[in-house]
Amino acid sequence: MAYNCVVMVKQVPDTQKITGQAMNEDGTVNRAALPAIFNPEDLNALEMALQIKEKLGGKVTVVTMGLPTAANVLRDSLYRGADEAILITDRKAAASDTLATSYIIGCAVRKLDYDIVLCGRQAIDGDTAQVGPQLAEKLGITQITYVEELLGLEGKDILVQRNVGNGWQQVKAKLPVLLTVTGDANEPRVTAAKKLMKYKNARTSIEVSGEIKAENPHADEVELAELTERKCKQLDENGMLIKVWDLDFLEADLNWCGRSGSPTKVHRIQSVVLTAKESREVEPTTAGISDMVHELIKDKTIA
Amino acid sequence: MISVNREGEVWVFAEQHGGKIEDTPLELMSKARDLADTLGVKLAAVLLGDDVKPLSKKLIQFGADKVYLIENPLLEHYQTRTYSKVIYDLIHKHNPQIVLYGATIAGRDLAPQVASAAKAGLTADCTDLQIGQHEIASNGEVHENLLFQVRPAFGGNIIATIINYDRWPQMATVREGVMPMPTPDVSRSGKVIEEKARISKDDLVLEIIKEHQRQKKVDLKAARVIVAGGAGVGSKENFKMVWDLANSLGAAPGATRAAVDLGFIDHDHQIGQTGTTVRPSLYIAIGISGAIQHQAGMSDSQKIIAINNDPDAPIFQIAHYKIVGDLNDVVPNMTKAIKEKV
Repeated sequence: MAYNCVVMVKQVPDTQKITGQAMNEDGTVNRAALPAIFNPEDLNALEMALQIKEKLGGKVTVVTMGLPTAANVLRDSLYRGADEAILITDRKAAASDTLATSYIIGCAVRKLDYDIVLCGRQAIDGDTAQVGPQLAEKLGITQITYVEELLGLEGKDILVQRNVGNGWQQVKAKLPVLLTVTGDANEPRVTAAKKLMKYKNARTSIEVSGEIKAENPHADEVELAELTERKCKQLDENGMLIKVWDLDFLEADLNWCGRSGSPTKVHRIQSVVLTAKESREVEPTTAGISDMVHELIKDKTIA
Repeated sequence: MISVNREGEVWVFAEQHGGKIEDTPLELMSKARDLADTLGVKLAAVLLGDDVKPLSKKLIQFGADKVYLIENPLLEHYQTRTYSKVIYDLIHKHNPQIVLYGATIAGRDLAPQVASAAKAGLTADCTDLQIGQHEIASNGEVHENLLFQVRPAFGGNIIATIINYDRWPQMATVREGVMPMPTPDVSRSGKVIEEKARISKDDLVLEIIKEHQRQKKVDLKAARVIVAGGAGVGSKENFKMVWDLANSLGAAPGATRAAVDLGFIDHDHQIGQTGTTVRPSLYIAIGISGAIQHQAGMSDSQKIIAINNDPDAPIFQIAHYKIVGDLNDVVPNMTKAIKEKV
């Protein structure tokens, strides 16, 4: 039996490489100030889906929500072996918290045929691990979080091993399911040169429109629209068009999207500056260290 | 959608497995007690399981005024579907204003399901909770007595305070080890309120085939003294001096994520944002530069000794004793001094 896998991925700022001020005044993230990368555990989710496809057949569809530049992680997914890519982007989705995000991507996933939805355990920008479970609730399907190994998939039954903190647990469930996959699950493959050659020209309609505009500086709006449409059609025929879905297309209720759909708000953001109240330098000599140890014994810090 | 209810209680999900309450919800009880007192409302623990009534007493001793007890054979093992259904029903019935969960694996699996069903806000992995007021900048509207949900974000580089003022309950998961374990008060009394679970066998959507419990190799949270090494220690062989110093002090050996990733020591020893949070009497940091992610897990230590050859290492900003020097000399020297004196 072949399986349709939908993989939710996210383009994230590389939080390991934060330099200077990466925050806007309102407490939101200035993503432009940081290098954007493929969220690491989403690569593990994609790898698991690709292995299912290779072993049992089926299709891997990758979905992301974000700025138009998030098309980069979709192309990256195509380079690794995904069959189809969908970008959810809309200004009205900006400032969505995890609840609003799960509502919007839920509207999108419902439009797809799926047996298994796979998400990374968490994204390194927020580290919340909430969108996966919230998406499962929105879809009304079984969730299995912290999956570290896929042990079996047969008919409608899936068997996985999940991390439970102080050990592991093997659980069986009926499809459809949503899995959140940990970084221990597998070693994500690198991009394949052949697929890179094939998909490097894959574009979203937004990208096409930008490129056409740059190539035809003197064309008017009508001409540009015509050229864009022609190019998109051509890309689509060759399987090179990355779909773009907005909130209208998703028929999403705007009350549940963006700021109005987000119960959590930022009250305050502080930079982390930690300092010790009293501190002193200790000479790295036998005498210096001996005095310090003596002091710590005297004040009963060490017994 | 659940509306704002100023009289609502403060709740803590009393996660238990096999008849033992997890540490994190117990740690949470003291903070939850403070929040309830500040708001002038009751603190309730929510206890689900099969045959777990005896645990109610412990929850009351740890600060609960009430325990909502839901016993059912279908709740014997934690499962997302059954537990989230029961908690959602309870929230609907009693309208609490705050619901807190430990940020354990089960807590992080459960809370988002409940939040999604209740269409409520949820803040993950809080390190502090307070009651405060918020003024909306655009219209000057002031909301009082809100739950400030304080958490590190962006890989620990910033601390964000999150609120929700228009849709309740206010929910958060709280990191393990960030709040001190309260001392139980055996003289406390409280009420146990038994509730029914509206679940059926069909809600047990997972079949648990096999389980394996793994003992952690070290109990960092219980350690009075921790000796931790970072990438600066250089090699697995060299890491032996961390163990030696720890042994001389009866201390637990710890490590940074970098040291763990380099294979110097097992992951169980990892301290920091992605490891264990500790607050020992003494923390000795060896060859640790002090990345913010590491500091997040140890900056509350009562005394910190830092040994590093780089005088500009960020760890020195939080150290009480700064030793700038070659750790290969300093650490054996310190081990020797301790063996002589203790």
